Amino acid sequence: MSAPTETTWVPVIGLEVHCQLKTASKIFCGCANRFGAPPNTLTCPVCTGQPGALPVLNDTALDLALRAGLALDCELASVSRFDRKNYFYCDLPKGYQITQYEVPFASGGGIELANGKHIRLTRIHMEEDAGKAIHDRGTHTLVDLNRAGVPLIEIVTEADMQSAAEAFEFLGLLKERLRFAGVSDCDMEKGSLRCDVNVSVHLPDEPWRTKVEVKNLNSFRHVRTAIEHEIARQISAYESEDPSRQPVQETRLFDVDSGTTRPMRGKEDEGDYRYFPDPDLVPVSASRERLEEQRRLLPELPAQRRERYVSEWRVGAREAAILTADRPLADFFEATVRALAENEGGAQAAAKWLTNDVLRIVGEQGTGSLSDMPLTPGQLARVISLVEGGELQRKGAQCLLARLITEGGEVDSLVVELGLAAVTDDGQLRAWCLAALAGRESVAAQVRAGNEKAIGALMGPVMGSSGGRADPARVRALLLELIREDGP
Amino acid sequence: MDARTLREQILRGEATVLETVRSALADIDRRDGEVHAFLTVEKDYALERAAALDRELVELKAQGAVPPPLFGVPVAIKANLAWQGFETNCASRTLENWRAPYTATAVRRLVDAGAVPLGTTNMDEFAMGSSTENSCHGPTRNPRDLTRIPGGSSGGSAAAVAAGFVPLALGSDTGGSVRQPAALCGVAGFKPTYGRISRYGLVAFGSSLDQVSPIATNVGDLELALAILAGVDERDATCLREPAPRPQSVGLAGLRLGVLEMAPNSLEAGVEAAYNAAAAALEAAGAVLKPIALPHGDLAIPTYYVLATAEASSNLARYDGVRYGLRAKQYRDQAPAGGSLQEMFAATRRAAFGAEVKRRILLGTFVLSHGYQDAWYGRASRARRLLAQDYAAAFEQVDAIISPTSPCVAFPLGARTADPLSMYLADTLTVPASLAGLPAVSVPCHALAEERNGSGQDRQAELPVGLQFVGPAGEDARLLAMARAFEELAP
Repeated sequence: MSAPTETTWVPVIGLEVHCQLKTASKIFCGCANRFGAPPNTLTCPVCTGQPGALPVLNDTALDLALRAGLALDCELASVSRFDRKNYFYCDLPKGYQITQYEVPFASGGGIELANGKHIRLTRIHMEEDAGKAIHDRGTHTLVDLNRAGVPLIEIVTEADMQSAAEAFEFLGLLKERLRFAGVSDCDMEKGSLRCDVNVSVHLPDEPWRTKVEVKNLNSFRHVRTAIEHEIARQISAYESEDPSRQPVQETRLFDVDSGTTRPMRGKEDEGDYRYFPDPDLVPVSASRERLEEQRRLLPELPAQRRERYVSEWRVGAREAAILTADRPLADFFEATVRALAENEGGAQAAAKWLTNDVLRIVGEQGTGSLSDMPLTPGQLARVISLVEGGELQRKGAQCLLARLITEGGEVDSLVVELGLAAVTDDGQLRAWCLAALAGRESVAAQVRAGNEKAIGALMGPVMGSSGGRADPARVRALLLELIREDGP
Repeated sequence: MDARTLREQILRGEATVLETVRSALADIDRRDGEVHAFLTVEKDYALERAAALDRELVELKAQGAVPPPLFGVPVAIKANLAWQGFETNCASRTLENWRAPYTATAVRRLVDAGAVPLGTTNMDEFAMGSSTENSCHGPTRNPRDLTRIPGGSSGGSAAAVAAGFVPLALGSDTGGSVRQPAALCGVAGFKPTYGRISRYGLVAFGSSLDQVSPIATNVGDLELALAILAGVDERDATCLREPAPRPQSVGLAGLRLGVLEMAPNSLEAGVEAAYNAAAAALEAAGAVLKPIALPHGDLAIPTYYVLATAEASSNLARYDGVRYGLRAKQYRDQAPAGGSLQEMFAATRRAAFGAEVKRRILLGTFVLSHGYQDAWYGRASRARRLLAQDYAAAFEQVDAIISPTSPCVAFPLGARTADPLSMYLADTLTVPASLAGLPAVSVPCHALAEERNGSGQDRQAELPVGLQFVGPAGEDARLLAMARAFEELAP
């Protein structure tokens, strides 16, 4: 029997994802929930833990949490409860965090990966964020409580993932759903999405080995690197059989510079949190009406939309994937399709124009996304209609879209102003064709000899003369006509 | 003179608000040195507000408007109710010089009703105690006998009313902290149904038990206070979503009163005599007395000291020296060599809290700790539900339950400080209603016991005794009406 090698070890990965809810105010007080304000300006007696101040649950936070639960196919508790998690830290104003421990608002649910694997969720609970301790300012530690009391949901998965790639894919899908549902921005840079991972490995048919938690992961890329590193570290430790290297149950921090993990200093996380029901808050009830309302507000999620675009609207799979990467884009697309309701094949045209031309032009602007630009779905639909009606040629449409995206304006007047209207006057077209034919007798001869493809050599000059405003099909027909008329 | 009479005098022009407030302040100046009811007296504020109210009265009269119900009435505020801009120190070194950045709902409502807060009153540190001896500023003395304690933890508020400094004071009641000192000082104290008065701004001790509670010279003023203080408050999730109840009228004839069964010899002789006389007077007035047992009543004290301390251990975690209040001296400017955040918390809390507060934080931390939580906190929570069921069953048979408020009269200062358990037992009769969240009122009843007054041999026999009425949840107004009917029996 051969010794186990890296390839036989099976990694086991679970995630704990903290996600800030996109509410206007904090979870238990009226202070603004906003990133980037000067330190300690978004605070009040409640979120700074002044003696006697009391928390009152923000209804919108509950609504968004419920909607997140629906978006992740969870089972929602009709009654959940808030508990206190007691520990001391300088960024924790009350000496406890209000969270849901015994009875979370959501359990079960999950997300399916592209390979068909279902990643199960254990639970989702609501809680308040802590403040921020800043340790790198000389001898002092500074505390900013703007973040204290920002509403969070913590999404805990089962240990269903077996590779960093699966964890990475899961996070991407999770982010996509939560953003679509309008629950969170899921912006790791602004801390609105944070992720801890639990990693262990085992040999096939053997029990799981020691679980290690890794914190301080500030981007999806870090999550992937940290998991990869941790799997390698654990396998190498087990294979070395060196007792001093054997993994222990602990929390490790990811080091961004080296891409490795190291044990967390101190034992701050090993405390006894003495959870108990928070007597300041009443049980949270999610009535059926409330759930229905959130179900109604829950937009169709990306996977469903993709499916519909492909099967109902005959949009290409690649285009459907691009269009559903981001909710504003998908909404823009659907609004364009609605505006094109009269047109046969409007959805396919809209998908092509959006994914080929519009996104390219937006990308060329460098910053901002489509929703930051003045172009409206109605305008795009009008441009497409003009093209389909032969009043605008592709080149002209691209030029027009660039103008609409960068500066905005009114479609029909821009067509005039920029001189983009398609040339439909046969007399004019015929004149350009004759000019192109002059001196190109050999081409005409080839065509007459049955090589219709040779006509391409004449198309370029004609289109050039028209400034791209001629209909190529019409030009082609006219050229054929002229060549045959002129023939023997 | 009670609050309503005082207001009437002012409205009739027999005294200005300024004269009324000046006279109260002068009285405090003269006599509070020995009573020590007040921790802070906000003279400038009170005089300024009084003068402003006098000006307002002229306008109100000119408009023919009715001045609010506590117009010009001097009041006292327990030092655990946030009062913006003023020191709210909870009788703790932790909060020495801490000025509240906001005002408690109850205080706001008193002020909006025209009252003039004169200052904050002494208390057991963070409301933990039954004698007001656990104050970092020294004890309050009972105005009826200055060698004795006033009860606690709202001893300063009860003493301020008993001494005649103010007709109305705010206290807080967690396990009897208003009823017991009211009884021991010979005044009336009322703990409403849990949630009746907003807790917003009441510095938390045991959040599931704490209630802002008024103390007054008579029940009529308590009814007025309830009407002013109660009502919906969006800032307290546990506050009842009901408007303040309106005063009621209840006749004693035919009223079914449960007489709480107590262990033999559990009352001091003087208390027993006064209580028996009170019960007899009620019966003579037509009330139907019926013995009532609370089968789980014996569990009340242990249950209370598990739940209240568990909540306290968490509620007091915020006093860590980071944001406000006392920070250990060695950590004030810069951490000492080898210092750490955890060590700063420890040093700060060692210096900040008195012995009783530390004892309760330790107890509460223990009963919540991993491996012990179910045996202690879990079982106590279940016992609490059993007790509430006992009361529910009792109220199917009676309209209210009577008992003495305290098994003893005011004891001498220092008599029980060395024995915390004997101090805890002083709450035996008030704690059960707190656990069940029920309204309960203490009314003086010693005047009815003629034989006590006749004996004259020892001063203890002349000390006040309170009769407690406990009613069903939500029946605050009805309970107060009963207590008022009883009060009218006394000469």
